[in-house]
Amino acid sequence: MMSILWPLITIALALGIMLTSASALVWLERRMLALWQDRYGPNRVGPFGLLQVIADTLKMFFKEDWIPPFADKTVFFIAPMVIMTTALLSVAVVPFAPGFSVVDLNIGLLFFLAMSSMGVYSVALAGWASNNKYSLLGGLRASAQMISYEVFMGLSLMGVVMLAGSFNLRDIVEAQEHLWFCVPQFIGLVIFCIAGLAETHRIPFDLPEAESELVAGFHSEYSGMKFGMFFVGEYLGITLISAMIVTLFFGGWYGPILPPIIWFFLKVFVFQCGFILLRATLPRLRYDQLMSFGWKYMLPLSLINILITGAIILAKR
Amino acid sequence: MAEDLTIAQTLRERFGAGIAAEQATRDDFPTIWVAGDQIKDVLRYLKEQVTQPYPLLYDLTAIDERSRTNRAGQPASDFTVVYHLLSFDRNQDLRLKVALEGEYPSTPSVTDVFPSANWYEREVWDMFGVKFDGHPNLRRILMPPTWKGHPLRKEHPARATEIEPYQLSEVKQLAELEALRFDPEDWGMKRSSDDAEFMFLNLGPQHPGTHGLLRVILQLNGEEVVDLVPEIGYHHRGAEKMAERQSWHSFIPYTDRIDYLSGVMNNFAYLQAVERLAGITVPDRAKVIRIMLSEIFRIISHLVWYGTFAQDLGAMSAVFYMFNDRERLLSIVESITGGRMHPSWFRIGGVAHDLPRGWDRRIRDFVAHFPARITEFHNVLMKNRIFKGRTQGIGVYDAKTAIEWGVTGAGLRATGVNWDFRKKRPYSGYDQFEFDIPLAHNGDCYDRALVRIEEMRQSLRIIEQCVKVMPEGPYKSDHPLTTPPVKARTMHDIETLIDHFLSVSWGPVIPAGEAFFNIEGAKGANGYYLISDGNTMSYRSRIRTPSFTHMQMLPLISRGALVPDLLAILGALDFVLADIDR
Repeated sequence: MMSILWPLITIALALGIMLTSASALVWLERRMLALWQDRYGPNRVGPFGLLQVIADTLKMFFKEDWIPPFADKTVFFIAPMVIMTTALLSVAVVPFAPGFSVVDLNIGLLFFLAMSSMGVYSVALAGWASNNKYSLLGGLRASAQMISYEVFMGLSLMGVVMLAGSFNLRDIVEAQEHLWFCVPQFIGLVIFCIAGLAETHRIPFDLPEAESELVAGFHSEYSGMKFGMFFVGEYLGITLISAMIVTLFFGGWYGPILPPIIWFFLKVFVFQCGFILLRATLPRLRYDQLMSFGWKYMLPLSLINILITGAIILAKR
Repeated sequence: MAEDLTIAQTLRERFGAGIAAEQATRDDFPTIWVAGDQIKDVLRYLKEQVTQPYPLLYDLTAIDERSRTNRAGQPASDFTVVYHLLSFDRNQDLRLKVALEGEYPSTPSVTDVFPSANWYEREVWDMFGVKFDGHPNLRRILMPPTWKGHPLRKEHPARATEIEPYQLSEVKQLAELEALRFDPEDWGMKRSSDDAEFMFLNLGPQHPGTHGLLRVILQLNGEEVVDLVPEIGYHHRGAEKMAERQSWHSFIPYTDRIDYLSGVMNNFAYLQAVERLAGITVPDRAKVIRIMLSEIFRIISHLVWYGTFAQDLGAMSAVFYMFNDRERLLSIVESITGGRMHPSWFRIGGVAHDLPRGWDRRIRDFVAHFPARITEFHNVLMKNRIFKGRTQGIGVYDAKTAIEWGVTGAGLRATGVNWDFRKKRPYSGYDQFEFDIPLAHNGDCYDRALVRIEEMRQSLRIIEQCVKVMPEGPYKSDHPLTTPPVKARTMHDIETLIDHFLSVSWGPVIPAGEAFFNIEGAKGANGYYLISDGNTMSYRSRIRTPSFTHMQMLPLISRGALVPDLLAILGALDFVLADIDR
């Protein structure tokens, strides 16, 4: 009996944790941004404005579920689901604590990369299906952006894989028991953080939505819960990338005194705040600047990283 | 020697009978009537051949002369087209007038001499129905394409009660919408090239990046801007027409709303023109108060620009920091004037009230607080590599192009031209203050930003000096046309009482004449050209705004850029739609 129940409980817990943390992140971001921008942020609904998220969610649920008459209805409908689905599926391989992850895939890292690549379909399709010029430009930018960061994103992680000798995320965490990979793989960490930012479409890489240029870019035509899915998808993405940074470079659940799961979420929290701080700080790149940055600097750098890591591993043998 | 001759004599020597008459104006600008068929040659001569030329077409407008009574000594004219030129070498303005007769007269277009005449001539056509032969695209610019009549003609009604109630039926609404449809062929644009089909994108009138009701129609090849057409007029409120039915005094609040970010600075330009017409000398205290508030508003305007410019580039926090400091300044303005963005606080002959007790404390606090903030903003934004990457080398124009297109203000100084009316023609006592004119030399978006940021420091210096030297004395002039008049003696003798009564109830009667006054506004040179026919209301008020002509050169500096660059260029232009459309 337990053998059937336990996976279900894990799934429910993982989903619950991710969705709650995504919505908490909305609140956190608004309050943090406010703090850094000399203002208050939402502080009226509930203690510290915590219930604001619930109020907003309720509002979004009860909004008219409208599809513009000129849109490609089916694709318009599917697009927001894709981003939610891929983000949530990626969660399956995240090892929260020893013995606590939805599946223990031996290709966990590849699965994560595959899912994150799928995510861009959501944005590209939304831009296409909206049949709106701004959305289309947003969708095009998302595709161009994806091509430039996906390559070095995958390559930046190869160093970690070589050191751990496994694609299994659990093995990777366990390989960091004595030394977190952020030390030997510092370059990989930096590159992955940049790619992760681009992956989540956050400033300075929020080109597909670029409010001041494209109004709201790929989701200009979306409203109600369909927009909500993009919205939550973005925050799920932040949580996911933070979780991956922690898993791959900062020893996952390892830490003294406190229980492993607490350590894991503490570390994730730090990176989430980092994401928010970046948003408060940086202007936006132009998409050709992003592309040339990706191909001219990041890609060679990640290749060099692999070479050096490989050379050191060979030398040690 | 040409320098010894006045410009009128030089022109007469060269063009003989083409120079019809010379007119005396209250602003002492040489005002010369030129025969219509010679205007192009005269302008070209003045722009290119005369020693110390007049390279900048400062303004081009018209006057409906048909019901003007005080025109002694001026050639007969139904409509007069006025060309206002500026010479940097001579530091002199020159006004040329062309007399036109008939109901809907026409005159040669001067767009091939001054490219910036393009929009001005469209505006004159739109407002007066004067045609310009040879204009490349003479169509309405401020009014909707469906508009009947030409609003600044005297027979065009000024009040809603003089016309039928406005009703928007569905048929009419559809027709209006259809009239706004963009047709590339109208603008000589192709729909496709040999290897690409262009996308036409409406940026605006509702768009987060246009800072107001501006419609820019983009011809795009991918994200590259092949060409674009700025369409203005969505914010047109007919300020110039309103001036013709407001008393000289009650028009002041309308000026605040022209460049609505610079508040009293608009009053400043308008009132100095009125005072020139009336021959009022403003007392020292009022002068210094005016300068102090104007400089406060310069900082306020620049802060809004700085924040929104950063926002256009995706940096979201800057705008909150800027608005924070702007709020400090607005609350200082509020404690002095009672108003915030539009205090309408200057008056003919002075200011509305004396400064409140303890006014200097908060200003001193601000002067102490602000320099560190400017440095902080500079470190956060201007030194940011992404910010530099987005602004350096974008939207470049050189000094020659800038002058050709009538650019003034920071946009001109960013190309290395040292021209600031506060230094070149110190008004209201600016010559008594120590400040520098910041310059930059690359003429790109980044340099325009640099100049404005340094301008804030200089304004702060001026404000600091104002606090130090604020003279004692009356805050408004003891002149019969000062409005509202000084009240001290009103209850003592009947003449003063009558005078007070008339000037408060009807408004002052400003002597007939013409005067222009120009100030260095926050966005560029802002000037008022007022014509009084000896009445309580102006006969014609022309508002020369910097944003209008800056917007005109947008296509020139944006071709070949990407959509994000266009937003950077728009941001760096620092325009306000109300200032463009009036």
